[in-house]
Amino acid sequence: MNLRRDVFQAIADPTRRAILLLVASQSMTAGAIAANFNTARPTVSKHLQILTECKLLKQEQNGREINYQLNPDKMKEIAAFIEPFRKMWDDRFNKLETVMKNYKPKK
Amino acid sequence: MELKTKINAEPGKQELTITREFDLPVELLFKAHAEPGLIEQWMSNPYATSKMLKFEGRKHGSYQQESTDANGKVVFKANGAFHEFVPNQKITRTFEMENAPLGVQLEIYQFEKLTDNTSRLNMHVIYESGAIRDQVLKTPFAPGLTMAHDRIQDIMNKLK
Repeated sequence: MNLRRDVFQAIADPTRRAILLLVASQSMTAGAIAANFNTARPTVSKHLQILTECKLLKQEQNGREINYQLNPDKMKEIAAFIEPFRKMWDDRFNKLETVMKNYKPKK
Repeated sequence: MELKTKINAEPGKQELTITREFDLPVELLFKAHAEPGLIEQWMSNPYATSKMLKFEGRKHGSYQQESTDANGKVVFKANGAFHEFVPNQKITRTFEMENAPLGVQLEIYQFEKLTDNTSRLNMHVIYESGAIRDQVLKTPFAPGLTMAHDRIQDIMNKLK
């Protein structure tokens, strides 16, 4: 798999974010998704391919059509990526609070 | 455990905000950011000791800091300049990690009084690009996750 196929790369593009918002409410075919954009159909297909490769979208065969739908588990993973960073700051700030509470009586 | 620190990093943007409420008067919250000896205490953890090599807390002043591991090896070095330093209100500074391809970030700290004994810190951090912001969020901290958990546990144990 191409290294570029990283969920964070995927959501860094505004068109791809718009696609994710579109399919969040209902699964859609590539044609129906493309109809929402002024960009050329192959460009939209490329975006769909990237979103599918990094598993943000799931393909669902429906007769001759392929529907794209959001993969909520992968979306949760994106929300989780910030947690270590948040914990680091929370940890520092907890310590700051403790340090300054001990500082109080010396004032 | 519910974390008190809130981070907002919208996809595709080159900035983020960090917000935290403290059980401290705003004067003490500011002091924790204005005295090098205090900064060193809360920036240090069992795995790294933080030291302010230089700290000029005033407009046009600059600072330099480093962290060393248990063996005294320097694991982190950073520096920057203050653009605003308004006691109990605001600090605007740049921050640059040395020997890391993450550019210079602009940090705006707003210190807000809530009650006589509580306060809020609002940090606004702007990176050179969205890609760099995501890099900062992802790389250095992913392996540190368990470490961060351990540290929280240690601190909580001490508070018991």
